[in-house]
Amino acid sequence: MAGKTLTRMDLSEAVFREVGLSRNESAQLVESVLNHISDALVRGETVKISSFGTFSVRDKAARIGRNPKTGEEVPISPRRVLTFRPSHLMKERVAAGNKR
Amino acid sequence: MIRSELIQKIADENPHLYHRDVERIVNTIFEEIIEAMARGDRVELRGFGAFSVKKREARIGRNPRTGESVQVEEKYVPFFKTGKLLRDRLNGKQE
Repeated sequence: MAGKTLTRMDLSEAVFREVGLSRNESAQLVESVLNHISDALVRGETVKISSFGTFSVRDKAARIGRNPKTGEEVPISPRRVLTFRPSHLMKERVAAGNKR
Repeated sequence: MIRSELIQKIADENPHLYHRDVERIVNTIFEEIIEAMARGDRVELRGFGAFSVKKREARIGRNPRTGESVQVEEKYVPFFKTGKLLRDRLNGKQE
C-alpha cells in the first residue's frame, strides 16, 4: 500500500489543475464544499452524494460505560454520531485498486 | 442534501463562476478522494474527517441460506472517521 496522506491542499491543487482558478480561490471552494456538507449534517440532514457515498447522522441513546482500566462505571450521555456509507462504486474502485 | 443541491449552493455563492465549472469543481473533489483511496492513500481533512482504506482479512464465510462454507478473499474497504470539530458540532458544542 502506498500509504500517502492527502490533505485539503491536494484537493485544492486538483481543483486548480482542473478548472484554472487561482490556488487561493480553489482552496476556498474546497473549504466551502466541506462547510456546506458539515452544516447540513449539523442541521440533521442526510448528505447523499451519488457514486460517492452517504453521510448520515444517528442518535445514540445514553448508556452506562465502564472505564476499562479501573472497572469504574461511568454514564455516557446521549449523543449524535456521523456514519458514512460508501457507494457501491466507491467500494468497487477501492477494492480493485488495492487488490494485489 | 444531494450532490446537485450542494452544487447549487456553491453556485449561488459564486455568481462569477459558470454552473458547469462549479459542477466540475465539486466532482473533482469527490473524484480525487476516491482516486486516493483506490491507490491505498488516506485523505485527512482536519475538522471534517478522514477517509482511509481498511483491510478485511480472508475468512471462511457461510451462505446463510444453505449453511455452506465459502472462502471469502481478503479485501480492502473504504472507511471514514469523523473529525473532532464536526463531532463536537453535531453535539452542539461550539469551537
